[in-house]
This record gives sequence, structure tokens and C-alpha cells, in this order.
Amino acid sequence: MQLSREKLLDAYTRMRKIRVFEETMRDEFAKGTMPGFVHLYIGQEAIATGVCIELDNNDTIASTHRGHGHCIAKNSDIEKMTLEIYCRADGLCGGKGGSMHIADLSVGMLGANAIVGANAPIAVGAALRQRVEDNNAVSVAFIGDGASNQGGVFEAMNLASVLKLPVLFVFENNGYGEFTGVDYHCGGGDIAGRAKGFGMPSYKLDGSDFFAVQETTAEAVKRARNGEGPTALECVAKRWYGHFEGDPQHYRTKDELESIRKNNDPLVIFRTKVEEAGILDAKDLDSIDNNVIDEISSALEKAKDSPVPDVKELTKNVYSDDLGGQVA
Amino acid sequence: MTIKTYREAIIDAMKTEMERDEKVFVIGEDISGGRGCGDYEGEAAGGPMGLTQGLWEAFGPKRIIDTPISETAIMGAAAGAALVGLRPIAELMFSDFFGVCFDQIYNQAAKFRYMYGEQAATPLVIRTMVGAGIGCGPQHSQSPHSIFANIPGLKVVMPSNPYDAKGLLISAIRDNDPVIFCEHKALLADKGEVPDEAYEVPLGKGTIIQEGEDLTIVAIGQMVGITLSCSEAFSEKNISCEIIDPRSLSPFDENIIFDSVEKTGRLLIIDESNPICSFGSWIASLVSQEVFSSLKAPIKVLTPPHCPVPAAPNLEAAYLPDSDEIILSSVNMVNYK
Repeated sequence: MQLSREKLLDAYTRMRKIRVFEETMRDEFAKGTMPGFVHLYIGQEAIATGVCIELDNNDTIASTHRGHGHCIAKNSDIEKMTLEIYCRADGLCGGKGGSMHIADLSVGMLGANAIVGANAPIAVGAALRQRVEDNNAVSVAFIGDGASNQGGVFEAMNLASVLKLPVLFVFENNGYGEFTGVDYHCGGGDIAGRAKGFGMPSYKLDGSDFFAVQETTAEAVKRARNGEGPTALECVAKRWYGHFEGDPQHYRTKDELESIRKNNDPLVIFRTKVEEAGILDAKDLDSIDNNVIDEISSALEKAKDSPVPDVKELTKNVYSDDLGGQVA
Repeated sequence: MTIKTYREAIIDAMKTEMERDEKVFVIGEDISGGRGCGDYEGEAAGGPMGLTQGLWEAFGPKRIIDTPISETAIMGAAAGAALVGLRPIAELMFSDFFGVCFDQIYNQAAKFRYMYGEQAATPLVIRTMVGAGIGCGPQHSQSPHSIFANIPGLKVVMPSNPYDAKGLLISAIRDNDPVIFCEHKALLADKGEVPDEAYEVPLGKGTIIQEGEDLTIVAIGQMVGITLSCSEAFSEKNISCEIIDPRSLSPFDENIIFDSVEKTGRLLIIDESNPICSFGSWIASLVSQEVFSSLKAPIKVLTPPHCPVPAAPNLEAAYLPDSDEIILSSVNMVNYK
């Protein structure tokens, strides 16, 4: 464990924020207080955090429809995020993005993406800064096991490899592409092996273990900044809930769900490791837990009380100059 | 003022803007024509139609970026690069290939500004070849500009001559939204006067190519030249035509057309789209909604038929609207009672 105490506290805070935020969204969705679809990141906290802890503000990430965790791990403002998910005027995107299209460019979060796998080419584009203007920013695409079958993802890996671009392809294998198991949908079953075929280093690791993700990411980021090209990480973790909230999950048993939550809790795994190593104690971590709960409940109250977008906003920002399609 | 081809005008615009702004770069298939591969030291062909000729020599591989044949990756990478502040010119060699990469154009690039709000801008130009007339057959000859114009967030232009090609491309590169720049393949060798210096032809401004009293003809892209070739016949038949080239389909200069129709009372639209939901039919719809009382005859929209573009030269000729159809339609409209 080479991370400083400060960085470990930071990592734990980000993971706990993701957990509490998503539990809150789950409760509120069940109560019917929020619009749209919600896809929870619980069970995968160590992946977003293990990757983003190694990034600077200038580095970018391109996210998925399951994007709340990526936003939080990239240090997006919790209150503005909550407002956006509630589609409020003062949300990150003015309420027009919502949960599946949330973005925070101020921290290099280039957007959740409701088109599965479409973010991978976009991440490659952000990495072109290294080639065009010698900017060493690194770019990350988070890609689900379901998205790993999309043609655009293969095109993106090939282009990044051919142009030697500073991209991390982070495959989050959570066992299911929507309702369909990875054993069924992934030909050959070896996501990391496919990436290796494009000529980049590729690793399969335990995505429930923050340290496994963070250490591999640190190495990949170093290579990327040095102009040595892309790396792939297949992080195997467990999705604690359905594809979206409301998914009855007929495709898996109660036993599986109970076992996952008991044995694959990234926060418990993290706490056990740092406490056993004697770096952080339970008191430090419990106090983070309490602060996080307060921060998120206050963001939620704010979101519920905030104004919705003015109807005049409907046709605004279609273009940057607000010229409509038919206005001269 | 120099005489240049449509092709040279396009290269000129990219060169000028790349010299002015280091964030501008070009990405696409074979745009350096083999020079991207490393050891090859011959002349860079600049794509199959020579539309990027000379750029590799001027700017090198960092800004003239050859790619694998991967249109989704090209369009997505260009969209992502634009989102982080670069100003990509992405080449979609033939517009027919939009079918393999449209998600990145219409779900991604076109929507960033709206989905993400004012924090996002997408200064992206997609240069793409359109049009029939040189025997390329069903998958290399289409004109999908009406499909592009239907997408909120995209701007769409189609120059009909070298002067507009350079000026519109410069405006498109300087614009902060995604612009689909339609280059008509049958016009690449056409010549015209093109200033050496940089100049803008604004997006969203049509132009009156010829003033007239009896009939307004709106022609798009290649159809402009075909319409102009009818001039002698129009004089013989004593028809005074006002010919308008919209140049830009989105944003669209509707007022230039309303004003003209209010004067002439007749409107003929010539569009290389397939007919159903064509851009021409949109113009007809706007005019019938806004200046209906000025009309002295039904609006006529001339397009190819509802079929793909055939390879056989005689069928391709029959596919495209031609001067005979334009003259006949014009005579019928002027004689309409």
C-alpha cells in the first residue's frame, strides 16, 4: 500500500459517497420523487474510485448510463449532480441531461452516455490532445461487459492503438449486460484477452478491490503520459441491484444477491485492508460515513426544493449561438 | 482573385484555418494518402479525390491524422476532441457511409450542447462527399442532406461553386457547433474566382444568383449549375427567373425565399434528395404556410424519384432532375391558370 493516509481517506470518502448517494437515489426512486430511469453503481465503487484517484482535473473520463459513480469519483459537486438527476434548472446540465446524460466538464467528466459503448470513441478523441497539442492529459472510457460487444468499442481500441493515444479502456465486468449474463453474451468470455488482441497491455483484476484497480491504473496512466499508448483493464465486480431500478431480476436468485452483498462489498474490503494494515482506524472511517450522510441528505433537500427549468429553455442551447434550424 | 477549382477552394480553406489556429486538425481515411504509414516517401495523394492534397506536407502527421477504415471511431473521436476544445475537421469520405457512424453524429456530437448545457461546445466540421452524376452507383452517390437537416444540433451546408466552398468551409471551421459540410463530387473540378485571402460566407444566408420577376427557382448544390444551364431556354421562352441558392440548409434563410415568392408568386424547387421528406418539400411547406396568399400557381418540387442511385449511366441520367424537366416545369408554372 503506497498511498498516503490523506489519499486513502480521500478514496474512502469517494467510495462512501457513491454508496450513500446511490442508496438515497434508490429510496427516492421507490418513493416516486424523481423522473426517468436510474441505474445504480453500487458494488462497483472501487472501480471508478480506483481509476479516478490516479487522475488530475485535466484528465477526462467518458462514462456510461450507469454514471453517477463516475461523476462522484471524478469529484463532481454532489449538490449540482443531485439537482441534475432531479432535472432542475440549476443542475449540472440545466436539467436537460438527467441521470443518463449527466456531465461535468469542469472536472473532466465528459458525460454519462445512454448509447451503450458510444463513449469509447469519444474518449479516444479527448486523448487526441496529446498528439495535436502535446497535452499529456489521459482519457478514460468506462465500458460495461455488455458494451464490450459493441463494434464502436473495437474501433476505438484499434484507433487508440494505431495512434498510440493515452487512453485507458476500463471494462467493468459486473456479470450482466442489462438482464443477460456475461457467460451468454460474451463470445470467448475473455474481455481482457480481446483488448490484448489490439496490441495493448491488458489486465484482468478484482474490481471489488480498490487497491488492485488503483495500482494497475497508476501503471497505465504512467505509460499513457509517457506516450506509450493505451491500456485495458477488465475489472470484475458484482452489480448489487438490477439493470435499472424496478428491474425484477428474474434472471438471478435471491441467494446470489445475498451472497454478493455479503462477500463482494468494496467498502468492507477496503476497510478491512486499511484497518488490518493499521493505517486508518474505524473512528476515522466512521466519521467520514457520518459526514457523507449529512452532505447527501442536504443535497437531496435542496434538489427537491429547487425550481424546474423555465419552459423557454425547451429550444435553447440546441446550438451554441441559439440559431434555430430555420432562422437566418 | 485567382481562378481555382471547387477542390482547390476546399483545400485552401483548410490550409488557411490550420495556419490561423493550431487547434484545427484533420482526421480521416487516407487523407495523407499513404504518407501516414511511415516509410513511404512519395507524394501524399490526399485522399481518393485529392481533397486534402498538400496538407500533410504543410502540417505533418500530428495534424493530418490518417485512420483505419473506422467511421464510428473517426466521428466519435472528432466529437470527443471537439468537446475538450480542439477543432477537428473529420472527413467522412462518402456521405453514404453515415449509415455506419450516425450514432456518433446525431446522438453524440449533435446533442452535447443541448444535453450538457452551456458548459459544452462542439466545434466540429464533418466534410463529406455527396451526390450523383459520375457513375458511382447506389452506395457512393446519395445526397442525404435532408436527413442531416432533420437533426437538431447539426448545421448543414452545401456549396454550389468554388467561392462559396471556401467561404462556407472557413465559416464552418470557425463555428462552435457541428457542421456537416456537403461537397458535391460532380463539382470538384468546376472553376471559379476565389480570393486568396481568408473570407467567410456566413452560415444561414442564401444568395440570389439571378434576379427575375416571373418565377422563383430554389436550387441546391449541383442543381444550381443545371438550372443556370437553362438560361438560354428561359430567354427564348420569355420567362424571367429569380434563381436562389440557399447554400445553407440549417440554419436556413427562409426570408430570402419568402421575399422572392412575394414578388414572383411562383416557386420551383430543385433538390437532389429523394422525394419523401426532402429538403425541397420542407421549403414548399414553409412557403405554403407563410406566404400562401402570394402564390399564383401550385409549388413544384423537382427531385429524383423514390429509388436508389443506379450505376448504369443512362439510368443515373434519368435519376437526376435535368434541364428539360426544369424548363417544362417552369413553362407549366408560368402558364398555370
